[in-house]
Amino acid sequence: MYEILTGPLLWIAFAVFFVGLAARVVMYFMGLDWRLDRVAYKPHMGYGLKGAFRSVYRWLLPFGTYSWRAKPIFTIMFFVFHIGLVIVPLFLEGHAVMIRNGLGIDWPAMPQLLADVLAIAAFLAGLGIAVRRLLLPEVRILTDIKDIMLLVLILTLLGSGIIATYHTANYSFWITLHVLCGVIVLLAAPFTKLSHIALIFCTRIQIGMDFGIKRGGMKSNFDW
Amino acid sequence: MPEGTICNKRPVATREDLDALLADSNGKKYYAEMEQLDVDAEKLWATIQKTMKSRTKTWLDICAHCGLCADSCFLYSVNGRDPKQVPSYKIQSTLGEIVKKKGNVTNEFMRMCMDTAWSKCTCCNRCGSFCPYGIDMGVMFGYLRGLLHSQGFVPWELKIGSGMHRLFRAQMDVTVEEFVDTCEWMVDEALEEWPCLEIPVDKEDADIVYMINAREAKHYPEDIVEAAILFHVAGENWTMPSEGWEMTSLSMFAGDWEACKMQVETVYGAMERLRPKRMVATECGHAYRATVIEGPYWAGRPDGQPPVECLHYVEWVAEALETGKLKIDPAKRIKEPVTLQDSCNYVRNAGLRDCGRIIMKHIAEDFREMSPNKEHNYCCGGGGGFNGIGRYRKQRNVALKMKREQILATGAKFVIAPCHNCWDAIRDLEEEFEIGIRWSFLKPLLIKMLVVPEHLLPQE
Ligand code: SF4
Ligand code: SF4
Ligand code: SF4
Repeated sequence: MYEILTGPLLWIAFAVFFVGLAARVVMYFMGLDWRLDRVAYKPHMGYGLKGAFRSVYRWLLPFGTYSWRAKPIFTIMFFVFHIGLVIVPLFLEGHAVMIRNGLGIDWPAMPQLLADVLAIAAFLAGLGIAVRRLLLPEVRILTDIKDIMLLVLILTLLGSGIIATYHTANYSFWITLHVLCGVIVLLAAPFTKLSHIALIFCTRIQIGMDFGIKRGGMKSNFDW
Repeated sequence: MPEGTICNKRPVATREDLDALLADSNGKKYYAEMEQLDVDAEKLWATIQKTMKSRTKTWLDICAHCGLCADSCFLYSVNGRDPKQVPSYKIQSTLGEIVKKKGNVTNEFMRMCMDTAWSKCTCCNRCGSFCPYGIDMGVMFGYLRGLLHSQGFVPWELKIGSGMHRLFRAQMDVTVEEFVDTCEWMVDEALEEWPCLEIPVDKEDADIVYMINAREAKHYPEDIVEAAILFHVAGENWTMPSEGWEMTSLSMFAGDWEACKMQVETVYGAMERLRPKRMVATECGHAYRATVIEGPYWAGRPDGQPPVECLHYVEWVAEALETGKLKIDPAKRIKEPVTLQDSCNYVRNAGLRDCGRIIMKHIAEDFREMSPNKEHNYCCGGGGGFNGIGRYRKQRNVALKMKREQILATGAKFVIAPCHNCWDAIRDLEEEFEIGIRWSFLKPLLIKMLVVPEHLLPQE
């Protein structure tokens, strides 16, 4: 099982992930329509790019926006969760070894202790986000089964990875579960809400251009 | 396919259509007919396929259901944090469902969508700046309104308003002759106090063409005279068009994009005919949004700009005060605490947050900011057509509570509202809650504070 998962299937999953997301990005930008969106993207590209940059940049900063500052606890959970999910898989020693062996590239890795801390923190933040989803009426009303399944998938991915790191008695079970979840995430990303991995940049760029070009960006910068 | 005599999918095309609508009392017959109105599911789906592109599709698709937008919406807050008022929920349960069902929705569902689109969202766009993805429910509700309008599910007053634009190119039945007449007799009356005052109509190549909201022509002509006085004192070379002077767009509130185009093309026609250097717009938020921000797109102008540079009134006033064209008598500045309503339409959605502050610096000694303010200010409570729809009066009155709290928190009893819609809402707020406030446009205040050059005063 583990061999199949880490063999060709994994590379297929990566291909689906990258090609699928790239296709969604291309389709997104091709689907923008200056008349229907009511934003003259092309004639004012300079203002547009400035607005887009500010819109992406401010939102990438923890507490960088009015909205982040209005909800500090959620903001901390959000960033801890996402930083863990982006940084750890990229620079974990265990993953770096696979990349070095598979692609023959000299891939850097982070210290194991740091990876552990980030991963556990991300797991706890994810749990917090799940609890918030169930507790707050304004979030519960929006929640559907897909939201729950996605959270369960990600928490399982993180949890099994953390447990497997400690080489417990059931190592092969946990590591297989971990890789399985990883493969599912990669395969599902282009077709589910996981596509936000790429699309969040698209929508933020669009709204940034919208404010940058049409809704006042030529007179003052929107203070996200 | 049942279509009512006055509630149907056809927009107003003749005076008779309009009169039939006006003859109804409070839309009683109209809304009764609406209950029988058929949904043309095929056309609805075809329209969606043609007009819903990646921006809106992606917004509906990737909403993380995180609820971060909840508290951004004043309607959620003032309605006891009702989860059904969460912006994401409001749009997913209406537009989202129509899309999921490919347009196969019932009459009852469409009426629920109408009630949501016009009584649970003022299109203030505040939520859009609080969503990590930048999902703007105000924009999407505008889109939904268009779909509802095309199927005949639009509040009675807005079908009338939109019809007015179609027939008169104004939100009220004011003809070219009536408008020019109004200007003439209003000036005649003011001549005693302001010798040589004039409202130059249809002057070509002036520095400024001034454009207004039709209710000034119909109900508040003194507003036009006040504008004339201020241009006169500032020494501006200005004019008004006899045709194309109306900048508002109830059709924008109605989602009647065809009427929006007709209206704004009339306005741009006036600009092209008179070739002014710049246009100055009266103190109205949605009129500015319609003519300057959205209008170019309705008219299909690829650069997204109106034919000449356009200024909102606050921009012109700020400029005139800074350059000294208008001078304020320091002794006459406002002494009491005063606050300012930032209109969503030209502050959040058009970047004019600084103008108000510049003006206040010149005219007020104790200016108190609302909190939040500038692009994060809350809607006055009456935007997007909410003020004018009888069916939703109760909900509108609840909506005013946020502004009441904001104003009370400043400690000021005087509110400056350079926007017709906000001005109305704040007036109604006082009527409804009696918190002892006064409110005003800028023009009458400025006139009281001006230093008037000797030669413009009446000769004794
Ligand atoms: S903040 Fe944005 S992503 Fe979150 S629920 Fe609201 S619209 Fe959806
Ligand atoms: S646009 Fe304004 S009123 Fe409408 S949902 Fe968003 S915040 Fe609420
Ligand atoms: S009425 Fe005023 S505050 Fe309300 S949406 Fe319109 S401009 Fe904004």
